[in-house]
Amino acid sequence: MSDTETEIEEQAPEKLPLDAWHRAQGGRMVPFAGYEMPIQYEGIKAEHDWTRSSVSLFDVSHMGQLSMSGDNAAQELEKLLPNGIANLGEGKMRYSLLLNDEGGIIDDLIVTNAGPHLALVVNGACKWDDIAHLREHLPDEITLTHYDDFALLALQGPKAADVLESIIPGVGDLTFMTAGLFKFKDQHVWVSRAGYTGEDGFEISIHEGQVEDLANALVADERVKPAGLGARDSLRLEAALPLYGHDLSLETDPVSASLTFAIAKARRETGGYLGHAATISRLDGGSTHTRIGLALEGRQPAREGAFVYSGDEQVGHVTSGGFSPTLGHPIAMAYVQNPYCELGTDLEIEVRGKRLPAKTVPFPFVPHKYHRKGA
Amino acid sequence: MARYFTEEHEWIEVDGETAIIGITDFAQEQLGDVVFVEVPDTGAEFTKGAEAAVVESVKAASDVYAPIAGTVLEGNSALEDEPELVNTAPEAEGWFFKLTIADKGELEGLMDAKAYKAFCDEL
Repeated sequence: MSDTETEIEEQAPEKLPLDAWHRAQGGRMVPFAGYEMPIQYEGIKAEHDWTRSSVSLFDVSHMGQLSMSGDNAAQELEKLLPNGIANLGEGKMRYSLLLNDEGGIIDDLIVTNAGPHLALVVNGACKWDDIAHLREHLPDEITLTHYDDFALLALQGPKAADVLESIIPGVGDLTFMTAGLFKFKDQHVWVSRAGYTGEDGFEISIHEGQVEDLANALVADERVKPAGLGARDSLRLEAALPLYGHDLSLETDPVSASLTFAIAKARRETGGYLGHAATISRLDGGSTHTRIGLALEGRQPAREGAFVYSGDEQVGHVTSGGFSPTLGHPIAMAYVQNPYCELGTDLEIEVRGKRLPAKTVPFPFVPHKYHRKGA
Repeated sequence: MARYFTEEHEWIEVDGETAIIGITDFAQEQLGDVVFVEVPDTGAEFTKGAEAAVVESVKAASDVYAPIAGTVLEGNSALEDEPELVNTAPEAEGWFFKLTIADKGELEGLMDAKAYKAFCDEL
């Protein structure tokens, strides 16, 4: 074995704008996506339960906040993902997927029509590759800006709207997957009604110089507690929201990942995006596996990498799994061969040489509680 | 009775020829919310360092190793329904298993409470 690889030093993780604040709040910091981030404060289960019943504040400043502007920016972005973007109304947000030529998923992201520009929020661990990919494919006339001096806070939970309205007036008028410009004190902040927990909630983009002020204002409300990456992971798993690098990768695609809602109906005919041919052939029956949900009996969780069996045959593998605090039993997302995906199918997951009984169940594991328009 | 501690954050309560084994408060704090514990069957024989039990928290799965050799007298069946005892009473009701001690010589060199506290303070 060559020594050259081991000699490359790991780059030290960067610090978030709120680094000292997290430590003062009792956050236990771990390296994640190139940053030191809080995995928990008082405990994952307590933070999970608090999010489902009150409001939690998550620091997601590791995520990449980008914007695209220039003539036909929407049409140019549409060449790299399977959604419609040109038909996205101002202030509207859409979940999408950057695809490569083989239809593999480079990243998942949220695109917002922010008026003069398109706002993109991409995964922290992927942001540098995403920027390179976008820059490679977008014409030079399109300006791509990385807002690396902006923090991103997620406020999530059933009481989030009441709390945030008292601090940033007007946000209560937003509905799920809409966004707009508001004011915190005298500063402009960009607020989206979205999140990654399955609860109602908001994401607030704010300059790093003001973020501590906002974080303090939020936790001064006794309904709000800080929550870390641990609870964020268990919450998003219950909501069946995929996590890039685990449930999504270059080896997965929108069809097998059960994300066909992100392929615009019209564009299934017209195409015109990277990976279209591969995506259409998968839509037409060329896909062998599907991302599905499994509920386990007993209490022992099955985690990423565990194999799924039907009898003696290995029919899939777990990409995310853990104990669901809300349901009180373990749950898992797995890619399973299509004939075994029907709801209610009895399967087994191998954990430490033991077979744990599991049954296929619908997504999401725990109902979403988004504040939808007209609801 | 004497209580010993290991660098793997287990405690061993020795009473004559038998020992009760569990994980320390420091260990449960690191693990976080425990959701599942698998304790060994009565009669299982372990060499020192053998995988003896499994503890799963919301965060991760961990093995518990036999800190000394012996034969299992009893696993703590209470942990099946109340794995959270490992968090709430790690050094009491949250014990993992009892065994007969095969070789008392293996207790030599283990830490006492004071040495273990000093060990944790260094981490």
